Amino acid sequence: MSTFASSRETTEGRIYSVTGGDWDEVAREIGSAKEERVIVNMGPQHPSTHGVLRLMLELEGETITELRCGIGYLHTGIEKNTEFRTWTQGVTFVTRMDYLSPLFNETAYCLAVEKLLNITNEVPERASVIRVLMMELNRISSHMVALGTGALELGAMAPMFFAFRERERVLDIFEMVSGLRMNMAYVRPGGVAQDLPSDALSKIRELVKDLRKNFKDNETLLVGNTIWMKRTKDVGYLDLAGCITLGVTGPVLRAAGMPWDLRKTEPYCGYEDYKFDVITADTCDVYGRFLIRMQEFEQSLRIIEQACDKLEKLEGAPVMVADKKIAWPAQLALGGDGLGNSLEHIRQIMGTSMEALIHHFKIVTEGFRVPAGQVYVPIESPRGELGAYLVSDGGTRPYRVHFRTPSFSNLQATSAMCEGSLIADIVGAVASIDPVMGDVDR
Amino acid sequence: MSEDFDKGMFGVSGTGDTSGYGGLVRQQVNAGSSQRPYGSYFDDVADELERAYPEFSDAIERVIVDRGELTLHVKREKLVEVALVLRDKLLFEVCLGVNGVHYPEDKGRELHAVYPLLSMTNNRRIRLEVSVPDGDAHIPSLVEVWAGNNWHERETYDMFGIIFDGHPALTRILMPDDWPGHPQRKDYPLGGIPVEYIGATVPAPDERRSYR
Repeated sequence: MSTFASSRETTEGRIYSVTGGDWDEVAREIGSAKEERVIVNMGPQHPSTHGVLRLMLELEGETITELRCGIGYLHTGIEKNTEFRTWTQGVTFVTRMDYLSPLFNETAYCLAVEKLLNITNEVPERASVIRVLMMELNRISSHMVALGTGALELGAMAPMFFAFRERERVLDIFEMVSGLRMNMAYVRPGGVAQDLPSDALSKIRELVKDLRKNFKDNETLLVGNTIWMKRTKDVGYLDLAGCITLGVTGPVLRAAGMPWDLRKTEPYCGYEDYKFDVITADTCDVYGRFLIRMQEFEQSLRIIEQACDKLEKLEGAPVMVADKKIAWPAQLALGGDGLGNSLEHIRQIMGTSMEALIHHFKIVTEGFRVPAGQVYVPIESPRGELGAYLVSDGGTRPYRVHFRTPSFSNLQATSAMCEGSLIADIVGAVASIDPVMGDVDR
Repeated sequence: MSEDFDKGMFGVSGTGDTSGYGGLVRQQVNAGSSQRPYGSYFDDVADELERAYPEFSDAIERVIVDRGELTLHVKREKLVEVALVLRDKLLFEVCLGVNGVHYPEDKGRELHAVYPLLSMTNNRRIRLEVSVPDGDAHIPSLVEVWAGNNWHERETYDMFGIIFDGHPALTRILMPDDWPGHPQRKDYPLGGIPVEYIGATVPAPDERRSYR
């Protein structure tokens, strides 16, 4: 009597349903079958597939002859939903796509809305610097998850603990600034929802110091580690030609030797004013991608330090465009239970100015209008090129929102990386792409 | 379901005009064509394309420069030729996928497919746009030109029903295989689908009672 669930004959051959138990027994029964070719469904609830990714594998022994991805399990219709909400409310939706790097979704969306409004140059400098600061903090927390979960899936427990320890510190900063640890809708068209709290910069500087020290824990554990190298070196190979034709961007492209980083090639939010290096590797494999992420931590810290210096000089400057027809009317305040309307603002509109109340009501319920047209704004997210394609018909709600998400495009490369390799190497290859299924399926 | 109460839990219907005096007029998104000079590197791109592709004036229906972005409207019969010239001669090595837009009011060209292109060599970006009528939504596939368009074309088919002729396996990608309709078209409702449980059905979100 076998411990796995069951097997049955079909016209396509014998099907084995595995629900746990001892894999030796499954392997023994499959081994006794006449058929050499085995098709395995890996996922969508497999612990090593980064969420609900389904991989359909055709195997000859342990070698993959064909691999296909099944996606869509996390499709939530975010693009459709935004067509029924105001431009400002759209931020709340798009922040939930790539849930490991929400600030990048928000910034790409807001930069696109600002381009449609022709106010790109009117966004206050302090708002842009805060965006950069928050994005780079987010890049660290996102790379931490990529590193930690990737290592965990390859059987290394300690790197995950270290990575999540650091990530937690970054999320604490997000909570202090925006009231939320993720999906914060902090970046808004025209600026950011509210200014940094007074003690934020000193806390961030303290964090930078700690992170720089603590990164070494993972570095000493993994860089040059024999077991880690054996699992990652020459695994998931994808060279430059493969990356270009498949539209792969981000660390995977940079691991193929291409120094392509939109922060350098098409700077936005004032990235041209920061000093940092684009990290590359020439190994085209999982190890190269891992090394790139490890070194990008330091580059992000450099940018964060420069952003803190800038913010000290810009103390008290506005963080939202001056145009009251676009700027969110409410003055927010951070209370014990999160971010909400400031009592002072409510007192003013309810008690002293009927016009302010009408204005508040109109812009919150109806929203502002955006001139007709279409734009595509790309930014460099931790996973590659995140492009926001927006169409407006002149109304108060988007006509069409589409996100060209790096996870979706990069995940296509899984077949090219894995076919011909061993089944155990899929896990490392997928982890090195670092797909976020919310970003893939939207 | 009786009709004596408000329905719809999601969003606003109509223009969202709360005062009634907004006077919102919907504009046509793709109106007109731009005149030279286009500005930036767009004149260079247009010149180079005209030199490399003699049938330019026949294949490119319109050139639009708006908000610092260049859009070339391409006839669908010429799309693959133009794409090959752009890739090989003008070095637009990367296609960032394709996505659809549904303009039901744009009669005879209801469905648009939009391709953002990137030249890493020259650090340039342009956009191709192809429009087809709703009743004959066929566009030649560009998977042979840029392999990365594979999933993007499947998504656009899934969401808009545009059929990319020559695609190696044009199936749904995000929605279930047996899903009826194409959700991102403008005539497809938000919500729309009842939630089914064993022994009970909860009405679609846009059919439920609204407490506004």
